[in-house]
Amino acid sequence: MSDLTALTIADARAGLAAREFSARELTDAHIAAVECARDLNAFVAETFDAARAAADDADARLAAGEGRLLEGIPLAVKDLFCTRGVRSQACSNILDGFAPPYESTVTANLWAVGALMLGKTNMDEFAMGSANVTSADGPVINPWRRRGEDKPLVPGGSSGGSAAAVAAGLCLGATGTDTGGSIRQPGAFCGIVGMKPTYGRCSRWGMIAFASSLDQAGPLTRTVEDAALMLQAMAGHDSKDSTSIDRPVPDYAASLTGDVRDLTIGVPAEYRMEGMPAEIEALWAEGVRWFRDAGATVVDISLPLTKYALPTYYIVAPAEASSNLARYDGVRYGLRVEGNDPTEMYARTRAAGFGREVRRRILIGTYVLSAGYYDAYYLKAQKVRTLIARDFESAFETVDAVLTPTAPFAAFAIGEKMDDPIAMYLNDVFTVPASLAGLPAISVPAGLTGDGLPLGLHLIARPFDEPTLFRAAGLLESAAGFSHRPDQSGAGRAV
Amino acid sequence: MSADGYRVRGRDGEWEIAVGLEVHAQVISEAKLFSSAPTAFGAEPNTQVSLVDAAMPGMLPVINRHCVTQAVRTGLALEAEINLTSVFDRKNYFYPDLPPGYQISQYSRPIVGEGRVVLDLEDGSQRTIGITRLHLEMDAGKSIHDRRADATCVDLNRAGVALMEIVSEPDIRSPEEAGIYLRKLRSILRYIGTCDGNMEQGSLRADVNVSVRRPGDELGTRCEVKNLNSVRFVMRAIEVEAERQVAVREDGGEIELETRLFDAERGETRSMRSKEEAHDYRYFPDPDLLPLTLDPAWVEAERARLPELPDARKARFMADYGLSAYDAGVLVAEREIAEYFEAVTAGRDGKQAANWVTGTLFGALNRAGIGIEQSPVSAAALGALIDRVADGTVSNRAAKDVFEAMVSTGKDADAIIEEQALRQVSDEGAIEALVNQVIADNPDKVADFRGGKTKLMGWFVGQVMKASGGKANPKAVNQALRAKLDG
Amino acid sequence: MSIDKDTVVRIARLSRIAMEDDALEPMAEELNGILAWVEQLSEVDTEGVEPMTGAIAATLPQRDDDAEAGTATDDLLANAPEADDGFFVVPKVVE
Repeated sequence: MSDLTALTIADARAGLAAREFSARELTDAHIAAVECARDLNAFVAETFDAARAAADDADARLAAGEGRLLEGIPLAVKDLFCTRGVRSQACSNILDGFAPPYESTVTANLWAVGALMLGKTNMDEFAMGSANVTSADGPVINPWRRRGEDKPLVPGGSSGGSAAAVAAGLCLGATGTDTGGSIRQPGAFCGIVGMKPTYGRCSRWGMIAFASSLDQAGPLTRTVEDAALMLQAMAGHDSKDSTSIDRPVPDYAASLTGDVRDLTIGVPAEYRMEGMPAEIEALWAEGVRWFRDAGATVVDISLPLTKYALPTYYIVAPAEASSNLARYDGVRYGLRVEGNDPTEMYARTRAAGFGREVRRRILIGTYVLSAGYYDAYYLKAQKVRTLIARDFESAFETVDAVLTPTAPFAAFAIGEKMDDPIAMYLNDVFTVPASLAGLPAISVPAGLTGDGLPLGLHLIARPFDEPTLFRAAGLLESAAGFSHRPDQSGAGRAV
Repeated sequence: MSADGYRVRGRDGEWEIAVGLEVHAQVISEAKLFSSAPTAFGAEPNTQVSLVDAAMPGMLPVINRHCVTQAVRTGLALEAEINLTSVFDRKNYFYPDLPPGYQISQYSRPIVGEGRVVLDLEDGSQRTIGITRLHLEMDAGKSIHDRRADATCVDLNRAGVALMEIVSEPDIRSPEEAGIYLRKLRSILRYIGTCDGNMEQGSLRADVNVSVRRPGDELGTRCEVKNLNSVRFVMRAIEVEAERQVAVREDGGEIELETRLFDAERGETRSMRSKEEAHDYRYFPDPDLLPLTLDPAWVEAERARLPELPDARKARFMADYGLSAYDAGVLVAEREIAEYFEAVTAGRDGKQAANWVTGTLFGALNRAGIGIEQSPVSAAALGALIDRVADGTVSNRAAKDVFEAMVSTGKDADAIIEEQALRQVSDEGAIEALVNQVIADNPDKVADFRGGKTKLMGWFVGQVMKASGGKANPKAVNQALRAKLDG
Repeated sequence: MSIDKDTVVRIARLSRIAMEDDALEPMAEELNGILAWVEQLSEVDTEGVEPMTGAIAATLPQRDDDAEAGTATDDLLANAPEADDGFFVVPKVVE
């Protein structure tokens, strides 16, 4: 049955429709895989009973010929999404024991088309991190290893558990959230597809907020087509989210024509970062060649403010987070550490409930919003953000998509880059600009490093032009022919 | 400077006061400002709370269109500038009854800008108080400190209810003006139906900013006295706070910018325990909400839909019914009274109707402790009674008795006039007979009158009226007497 | 602009995060490192540039004034660390 866990969502849909296997068999195969791979620490909650029950319902529907878009497809859900009656803790102690009486719009959308949940996946606490090492539930281990090495590597973050689970064949796809690269960077680190839609495309309702003006849900899958299928279900207008955009959701999978001859791809000079490994540079050049070979036009472009994106992000995101996380006060849910008055109770609760990185970002965010510093930091950053968005706007006057590497390096070992927060922040240097501008972007696995770790290429498109993004990503995928999988024996091995 | 010359008399001279009010008016709406939970007052604790109001993880605000409309209508009624683009900001602070840890409010770009309210002062003069701004914000929940000795209980029913904060310029110069301002504002809000103005239930609360200065000086440093829930408290708090500030200044002290609480029982204000840190609310635009934009055509349509406001109605009452400024002012203060009056006066004499409403009716309502909505005498019934006076059926005097009977029995005027035989006697023959009788019974008085003591006329009228049981038409009695006595 | 120990104390208090004395200095250093790094934004000329407050240009959607019943009180209080007779309970507020 283990081959069922190697399927794509598209294959599984076909197999289920043809009754080659049942949803229950598909689900059981994945449950078995999850059980075998607990060492990865990808899941923080397992909801197998509910998954099996949902699979049986799916089989009934499939038997009746009433299968929906993702009928019987077993998925994993990042712990940032609120799921009714199931722990939803953003992998933070502050939400200890929190099981919401409501379901996020994005997950509800998935269940509405027949998908089922295997469990909740590990993540950086409140999505603040790029290596999944800030989780209160402990780090996630990347199913990939450097060739000939046994050292556990990070899966990237913050959607590290989702990326590891998809890469290791523990689910057919997973939801992630991306604030500055939290879907795309772990996608690249784990050799899978990670896609962040346009800001406003997926509802944020029921998704635990990190930075409201940046957070977007998106899929992590093994193929571009799977990402298109999942986004199809996740996206849509939600009147409960004031920033959700009311426009139709196109048929994303239908955009995967393989034909990119009418596309102009921009290559931004400013993404050529000093000290970037040569193999990443080479892969990027190869990506350019793939597009040229397929008949696309490739042009050099300039996004002059690129270098300012990361510092801008590290003002805007913590500022919003400092306010978004004020609700965790030990009054209505989650952890409480008693105190003599509410102020003391809050301070103790929040000191105990938030991990170091979260505390650091709350403090930075509080500082940049505080009297006397608002103009110099927060307001300045929001102005620079306007300029960064304008950079893209002018680029998109001539190009249809922008091609860059996803991250400046491949997965690193747990424990590395921990001492210097800024070194860790550099993970997101290529993904953050699109986040600030609210643009759709995708990471596609495109090659391996010399020591056998996956690398991703990254595409950015115009707002709401996910069809073009998927089409270009499909070209990268087929040209790269990336069929590597992590060493499955490693995935299940104790570390 | 000061219209009524209000001065605080200090030890060494007089001081002027400058007062600005920040009024929090609860918007009349079914649902809350950013959630669909109901707003009704007095429900069981935590029964009118949505997931958004409780700031559950992942919950998001969506603004209530009606609350926006109410704010715009209020702005228009205050003759204020309507800002076609406004922004919602987060005001960040921690308090147990503020679930998100921030209040969604409007800081740098409120929905309504500068406007004005015209006050009618007691001496008949007018003063214009500037409105600085009006903005929309959400209310907090309620912390209940006296329910448990060891803990504070939190009820979130109010959390998220829409408030309009209406900020005045420091144009108010006396406690009386503050009272008039607050009543006028309340009247306007009730006219347009944007706030019920119920101060006991907290639908209208005021913070007052008070400063004192020597006449002619610049404005002094102000103190804010928070959360006053009656007109009387507002006036009293201003008075005692001004006196406190004068005392401090005259002792060589400085006034510190601070927030104070009014203790009604002790008649003093006291400093709120100064927070360990200065307030730093870290306002920033709420990233969960986009800027609010209004269509100018829609704003104009709302302007056209506004009902007649108190000032316009007062002017019309004076012009159309010949009422004094005072009577007109009294009649327009409440929309319900003005409407009652207009129904009473329709087709009748305005001054008569005004006298009946402000005198006899108000007297009865006051005695019963009820408002005009509960009046036992409808406008139509009062109008019918006035008609009976006008057509001579009853005397003015008897009409008061008829009215009292209407109040106590709920019957209409005609029924009571018949039942109690209060119909006025105007029949010439009957009156002449009474007159003849009185003249015959009092020959000495007749002689005195004819000898030049014409003042006795009143005495004769009284005798005839008495003989008629008060029912004779005084005018007819007068005429008949005059004919007999002069003849 | 540089953060000293007192500033850390102030922002930790504003943030309601208790901090041990010996953690203040290291945190000040970390925060200063980040602030020094973001300082490069001052190189960017933003004269006359409007700040971006949302990632999308759209108008604020508005909801109709239809009240729906609140969340069931039991659901509302289900996750509360302390509740009593329909109320959330917190340590006594000292005014």
